[in-house]
Amino acid sequence: MCAIGVIYSVVAYTSGTATPLPIVHDADVASGQRLFRENNCVACHQFYGLGGYMGPDLTNVISVEGKGSDYARVFIEFGTQKMPNFQFTQTEVDQLVKFLEFVDAHGKYTPENYNFSWYGAYEEKGQ
Amino acid sequence: MKKKGNEGLWFVVLGLFSLAGGICFGLVAAFQFLYPDFIQALPFFKSRPLHVSMVVAWIFSTAAGGIYYYVPRYSNLQWRFRGLIKLHFAFFLVTGLLILAAYVSGKFGGREYWEFPPVLAIPIFVSWIFFGVNYFITLRKKTGPWPVYMWMWGTGIVFFFLTLSEAYLWIFPHFTENIIREITIQWKAYGALVGSWNMMVYGTAIFLMTKISGNEDLAKSKMAFGLFLLGFTNLLFGWAHHTYFVPSAPWIRHFAYLVSMTELFILGKIIWDWRSTLSSYQKHQHLFAYRFLFASEIWIFLNLALALAISIPAINIFTHGTHITVAHSMGSTIGINTMILMASVYFIIRELMPAKEGFNGDKTTSVGFWITQISLAVFWFALLGAGIVKGSNSNQAFASVMSDAEPYLFTFACAGFFLMIGLLTLIYSALRRLLG
Repeated sequence: MCAIGVIYSVVAYTSGTATPLPIVHDADVASGQRLFRENNCVACHQFYGLGGYMGPDLTNVISVEGKGSDYARVFIEFGTQKMPNFQFTQTEVDQLVKFLEFVDAHGKYTPENYNFSWYGAYEEKGQ
Repeated sequence: MKKKGNEGLWFVVLGLFSLAGGICFGLVAAFQFLYPDFIQALPFFKSRPLHVSMVVAWIFSTAAGGIYYYVPRYSNLQWRFRGLIKLHFAFFLVTGLLILAAYVSGKFGGREYWEFPPVLAIPIFVSWIFFGVNYFITLRKKTGPWPVYMWMWGTGIVFFFLTLSEAYLWIFPHFTENIIREITIQWKAYGALVGSWNMMVYGTAIFLMTKISGNEDLAKSKMAFGLFLLGFTNLLFGWAHHTYFVPSAPWIRHFAYLVSMTELFILGKIIWDWRSTLSSYQKHQHLFAYRFLFASEIWIFLNLALALAISIPAINIFTHGTHITVAHSMGSTIGINTMILMASVYFIIRELMPAKEGFNGDKTTSVGFWITQISLAVFWFALLGAGIVKGSNSNQAFASVMSDAEPYLFTFACAGFFLMIGLLTLIYSALRRLLG
């Protein structure tokens, strides 16, 4: 059973999680990702619904209608009533926005059109 | 401390102090949810990891302490390397203090639940090697087949090491350069990591059941080993509801769904055994250890039913990312893990107490027990309420949804206050006897 577990993990971590198109992960994205970790942003925010619930999910904050990179930039730079101002420099704000753009490029969080199957699963229409 | 020379008690005492700290930080975080400026020196992004880490430390420390305490007393084997137990304790304590210092000073660098700088994971790995080496070399000499709880403890030790290693694969670019992969590995590893500590905690529950009832067959039957294998399968593959939304390959989600549904068997068994569980409670209710085990049985039923429900993708689509998930995780951590570990603590205390009968009637502990159970029920249902509000208004703006959920979150925080009082009473009652 352990061997099956190892094989399963290897397949899940390679083909099971491959993205259809390569998504650029440059130095700015890597720095934004590091800043996200070092300021423990996940204590309050989520990606794909996973994380803390003090603040909103950020998976598609860049592409959702009415939001976008500038919208995210304002929050990161100044904070809100609930979110502290972390005193990020302009470079750091840019790097964090780049990281959010990188996350957004991987896919949509909530499926919009889906069908339920008889056994309780759902599939997005057109998949 | 009673019974000098038993290092297992050091872990138990450290675990109780960790729980006390964990629930206090938890209360701060709960009120910060409503009032973000509450204790500004310790904002939510610090109080939350402090709360989580100390509660996790309570689980590991008390589970390991129980194993260190029980093995020499009930298997006629002495620990092969006593020095390694002391080293394990020293590493655990010093690393824990460094992690707390990192959080208080705002030095993060890891990911959710393990937010400390990754370098601090090294002593955790090393201390676990001490634990594993000592456990397997000592128990190798045991004659006859191992009871299931020894297999569960061993599996928990090995798989904690493996899954923690897996959880740290994110430091390699192959994972960080693909957010789908990074999130998948994080939640797959975390699901298995929780499964591994559950192995140690549930192993302790079966051990206690065996000793309280005096029926060794409980730990040697085919059913016991069947349930162990079921738990092991879920440890390896059951992380379903965490990642249905992550756009990984569909087979990952289908397989995880299938595996998670095997737990229906455990739910069915609890219902099937309910009558005998109840009559057993009436027989042993004078024992605090048994009362905690009985409480854990009820919480297992509730949390397993919830876990099964949210593992059905058609339900998960409404509950994911809501406080229903928090109810699932906190309900399991407090209702199941904490109740079983409290049973272990009070089982040890009863063994150490010179006047065992007097302790059975202790009013303070009884009051603490009931405050904990009642407030936990309110706490759990309030989280479900907040989750239902959030899940049914997912199209609204975040601030508006949170405003609607506020009455439930306020109830949750108030219940958290009473939960803190209940647990602190139990901790005080236990420490008074262990340190007195």
